[in-house]
Amino acid sequence: MSLLNQTGSVIAMNVRSIPQRLWMSLATVGSIALVVAVLLGFLSLANGFNQTLKGSGAPDVAIALRDGSAAELNSVISREQIDLLAQGPGVRAGPDGRPLISAELVLIVDGIKKSTGTKANMPLRGIGPNGLLVRPQAKISQGRMFTPGSNEIVVGAGLLREFSGFELGKTLRFGAQTWKVVGVFEAPGTVFESELWADAPVIQSLFKRGSTFQTARVGLTSPAAMAGFVKYVKDEQRLQLKAQSEQTYFADQAERSGLLIKYFGWPLGIIMAIGALAGALNTMYASVSSRAAEIATLRVIGFSGFSAFVGTMVEALVLSALGALVGVTICALGFNGLSASTLGAGFTQVAFRLQIGPDIITQAVTLALIIGLIGGIFPGLRASRQRPLLALAS
Amino acid sequence: MSALIQLKNVKKTYKRGKESITIFDGLNLTIEQGDFVAIMGPSGSGKTTLLNLLGGTDRSDSGEINFDGERIDGYNEGQLAAWRARSVGFIFQFYNLMPVLNAAQNVELPLMLTKLPASKRRANVETALKIVGLWDRAKHKPKELSGGQQQRVAIARAIVSDPKFLLCDEPTGDLDRTTANDILGTLQQLNQELGKTIVMVTHDPEAARFAKRTLHLDKGVFAEVTA
Repeated sequence: MSLLNQTGSVIAMNVRSIPQRLWMSLATVGSIALVVAVLLGFLSLANGFNQTLKGSGAPDVAIALRDGSAAELNSVISREQIDLLAQGPGVRAGPDGRPLISAELVLIVDGIKKSTGTKANMPLRGIGPNGLLVRPQAKISQGRMFTPGSNEIVVGAGLLREFSGFELGKTLRFGAQTWKVVGVFEAPGTVFESELWADAPVIQSLFKRGSTFQTARVGLTSPAAMAGFVKYVKDEQRLQLKAQSEQTYFADQAERSGLLIKYFGWPLGIIMAIGALAGALNTMYASVSSRAAEIATLRVIGFSGFSAFVGTMVEALVLSALGALVGVTICALGFNGLSASTLGAGFTQVAFRLQIGPDIITQAVTLALIIGLIGGIFPGLRASRQRPLLALAS
Repeated sequence: MSALIQLKNVKKTYKRGKESITIFDGLNLTIEQGDFVAIMGPSGSGKTTLLNLLGGTDRSDSGEINFDGERIDGYNEGQLAAWRARSVGFIFQFYNLMPVLNAAQNVELPLMLTKLPASKRRANVETALKIVGLWDRAKHKPKELSGGQQQRVAIARAIVSDPKFLLCDEPTGDLDRTTANDILGTLQQLNQELGKTIVMVTHDPEAARFAKRTLHLDKGVFAEVTA
């Protein structure tokens, strides 16, 4: 009880004396806030990117690629292989009564990024009538769907946010051909929103792709049918393809690209944290030395070294918690939901929104508290070792 | 009267670099219950060391230090801290109040080391502040008080846990004559009316006159005892 009382008194005194060292304390809060904001910025980038890729995949849609291809761009699938896929177990029938398979191909075209004014790659996807059926989350929000057999194009809403020149009604030029934007589609939180879609046979013909595709999306009756279908594709010798659920496909891509952002964010965060730690140590040592007479007085009266230690620790933790709060607030107000785009696994731009979630806030706040903890330990030990000599107190 | 404090053959040496400085080499001192002793002496005579030994804030190399029948020279830091908290009230030259706490909170500090409930603590704080005549300033922060008032708050802090022994280090060293006499009058009152045993280190012969007796310390030896 008495230890609790005396420690409580010292903590209250330390915290209430922070305004006496206002500028130094504010500098510490500021530097910790900066660390939290930068780390949280990177983590929310990685988080938003991951969520977008993960949100893109359906558990009951299988994606088939050439065996050995990691991404759609370097895969090739023939018409014969598509027909074989249609014979697989668990394939759902479309509204027309035929197997729901969307044979697609993806090309890279140039676009001008609004934020930088520079050229960047974007995917032009050729789809058939089943393209929308295997992506139930995609809906035409403005204009209409392209007419099969024409040079018409629909653009993703995410791409429209990030790139200029793709507005409804615009005419585009890719290679020797001109295309007309006839619609905008939304597929919130998915990678498809960063794409341009056109009729697959038109793309095959204009870009001299013959009758080949790159991927096939196969609608299954249920997620439970996935294992059987994957096994069929693996065992069928004539296919030489690899099938996996679309969800797994995007989750794998998310992991690879998301880790890159994350592994850049953490080292930067830690380097900045070391800088902030130096500031925190400086502040706390200054706090201890400015309170040397007070600490010595309390020790003379009978207060323990432990209470001096805990008081200093709590002061450091309060400063770092304040820093964390400021950092999280800056991020939540400034970054959260901000749209961005970056290179995805297919060497094309993926548009996504920065997402701050409880797990990444926890990570950034933990880093801030570690700064506070280390920044408090050594000055705290110095405070606890302050000898209760009367001469020091006078 | 019985002895409250007894120092028997106390030795104390400090090391300064390679040099060893002997402060006390067999010091003996007895202070009776209810005594008011002024200790005077030139700088370097050992006054501060004596104060630290009497207050249990430093330990002797050898010899005995008895307090009210309790031998404290063998105590460790923790035991000494607990002993100080229950037995000694300290009054410093520069008051040493906590700037962020108001007068009442400053006075309450030693009670934070006890198991007293908050209501009892508040009652004791009120009594102590009333004794020094500053109850009406209970909510004032130290910077809102004069030097003399701050020292009165420090005296209230020293007596709030009702220790038998008050140890004063130049308690009027920072005050003008009139205020100093006021403070010394209060100490005298605490000695005479409440029976507190007081040891006061001072350079000021005027201040020493308020004590019942004065000890002159020179080079670690009591050179002269004035009744």
